[in-house]
Amino acid sequence: MNAKTLYDKLWDAHLVRQEPDGTALIYIDRHLIHEVTSPQAFEGLRLAGRKPWRTASVVATADHNVPTDPGESEIRDPVSREQVVTLDQNIRAFGALRYFPFRDPRQGIVHVIGPESGATLPGMTVVCGDSHTSTHGAFACLAHGIGTSEVEHVLATQCLIQKKAKNMRVRVDGSLPPGVYAKDVILAIIGRIGTAGGTGHAIEFAGEAIRSLSMEGRMTVCNMAIEAGARVGMVAVDDKTIDYFRDKPLAPKGELWEQAVDYWRTLVSDADARFDREVVLDASILKPQVTWGTSPEMVTDIEGRVPDPAAFADPVKRDAAERALAYMGLEPGTPIREIKVDQVFIGSCTNSRIEDLRAAAAVVRGRKKAPNVKRVLVVPGSGLVKEQAEEEGLHRIFLEAGFEWRDPGCSMCLAMNADRLEPGERCASTSNRNFEGRQGAGGRTHLVSPAMAAAAAIAGHFVDVRELLPAAV
Amino acid sequence: MEQFIRLDGLVAPLDRANVDTDAIIPKQFLKSIHRSGFGPYLFDEWRYLDHGEPGMDCSKRPKNPDFVLNQPRYEGAQILLVRENFGCGSSREHAPWALLDYGFRALIGPSFADIFYNNCFKNGLLPIVLPAEEVDRLFRECEATPGYRLVIDLPSQTITTPEGRVISFEIDPFRKECLLNGWDDIALTLRHADEIRRFEAAYRARHPYYFVEESAA
Ligand code: SF4
Repeated sequence: MNAKTLYDKLWDAHLVRQEPDGTALIYIDRHLIHEVTSPQAFEGLRLAGRKPWRTASVVATADHNVPTDPGESEIRDPVSREQVVTLDQNIRAFGALRYFPFRDPRQGIVHVIGPESGATLPGMTVVCGDSHTSTHGAFACLAHGIGTSEVEHVLATQCLIQKKAKNMRVRVDGSLPPGVYAKDVILAIIGRIGTAGGTGHAIEFAGEAIRSLSMEGRMTVCNMAIEAGARVGMVAVDDKTIDYFRDKPLAPKGELWEQAVDYWRTLVSDADARFDREVVLDASILKPQVTWGTSPEMVTDIEGRVPDPAAFADPVKRDAAERALAYMGLEPGTPIREIKVDQVFIGSCTNSRIEDLRAAAAVVRGRKKAPNVKRVLVVPGSGLVKEQAEEEGLHRIFLEAGFEWRDPGCSMCLAMNADRLEPGERCASTSNRNFEGRQGAGGRTHLVSPAMAAAAAIAGHFVDVRELLPAAV
Repeated sequence: MEQFIRLDGLVAPLDRANVDTDAIIPKQFLKSIHRSGFGPYLFDEWRYLDHGEPGMDCSKRPKNPDFVLNQPRYEGAQILLVRENFGCGSSREHAPWALLDYGFRALIGPSFADIFYNNCFKNGLLPIVLPAEEVDRLFRECEATPGYRLVIDLPSQTITTPEGRVISFEIDPFRKECLLNGWDDIALTLRHADEIRRFEAAYRARHPYYFVEESAA
């Protein structure tokens, strides 16, 4: 009866008050801020003569608009520059616990630097004016992406207005075969439940395959919870979660650390907790995934073919598939492996952490970019990831293959900075959205894992990474 | 958010149905980092003969003499008469921001698009729904009478015409209270500031490790 899910526990721990209709005020521990969704929020505070409630909850960085061209010390686009400069000014005026501005050695994508600095800790409520805030749920955080007026609301009141979501569990049993990664798991989940499959629910990812993922892999899975319609995605605390924070600058130390760990260990769903909905997948039969359309649910595996829209029974889905194929310039029945790519993007808050770069480098080592691939961008998620990768010599593997080794930022995940696709160009991308125009007007995006993206860069078309992996020989 | 109690304002008639938010404030202006300053670009495509871009000095741009707000008799209008489904299309909050920044405080029409209607209340702009015949009559009176003003009294939920005709309107009681007091979402939450502070203190005692840096500072 009193058994609680992880989501119930996190919700209860932060519930300030609740109206009879269920509208609640949730206390916010960590507020991550970037340059795109914050200027009007700060201006709103200023216009109303309000002060932030707790500036020490704020950690900020510039990521969406920054150039990732190494050595580019200036933001050329005046609109982008103004957003970044405005963030500098707002943080100076209002204060923050930490600020990682453009060209700071620890600057990076907000969802990469949060955990890496220890700004995100297990059990926290985390908000950010960006829908991929669900990433932080990997650490058993209650993490919500919010809009600009909510950014202002949290700044002014330290609370978020929310109604409680329903509980959903996605259990991935079995172990992942070689060449199949966290990205394939989440794409397969979205393929199964659809982009609205998690709407109104908070998803807890569980099961042996999830437990066996590193923290980086769990972040990749939670990152795309929003692509399955769920504003919140989570993984329960285990030893890996706790070990991750041992050396993080903002994590508690000494006695407080011990006290925190005692609490964090309770952040798991009770054995007899009830979920409103449960979905079960078998990891052992998963294959590398590739999206073929303009929604993340339009996905198949590397052995598959572009589907025939006529085969969809649901007329809405059929229409959507027809439109997607027209936009993507694909013929029904084309084997996925025969699709050629013009560009490859390895980066974004989904797949730009050290483990992702290692997985890509393992495929690339000693090989060269295919001549038909115009450009391959490898964009580390943060200054620290970049440093670590260079220490391991990964950058040399990429450079020798003819890839570009860039500076941290959102880069080609969205066409807001200088990195973008030209109309009609096709891209193998490790990001999270394949919507029309997401990577540049007319650009065609196929979502894949870092290893699959690297493999496509080498082959010039999609290819089964399992055939390229050293372990597979 | 500014309070709304009583408004005695000049009226301008915008005689078009289904005015969408992209017509109210075109998308090239959304890149702005401000929520004020949209007034000069309100109805940009209709108001000017050239193509507007953010940062332009609108005082130098060629105005469309046929557009109603460019007629001297409507200069300084605070109340906009509109037709059905005003504010449809994208959910951008820039639409009420632009109307407010131009100087409008109230809209009167037969119907409004849903999200736009909500966004108005969040920003202290009062959208009043009246029966279509009543709106028609106001359009006729306004166009026939230079300097036509209306008095909107929120506490009594009435509109008074220059000749003394009194029209009642409906409004959700909670929204009315918010407007009368100037409460936006933040102000509403801050009514519980003491409760938040009490929660925070207890939470901090229970979870001191989330507040490490502050204690050190
Ligand atoms: S990498 Fe992409 S999805 Fe992630 S925060 Fe940046 S723009 Fe958003």
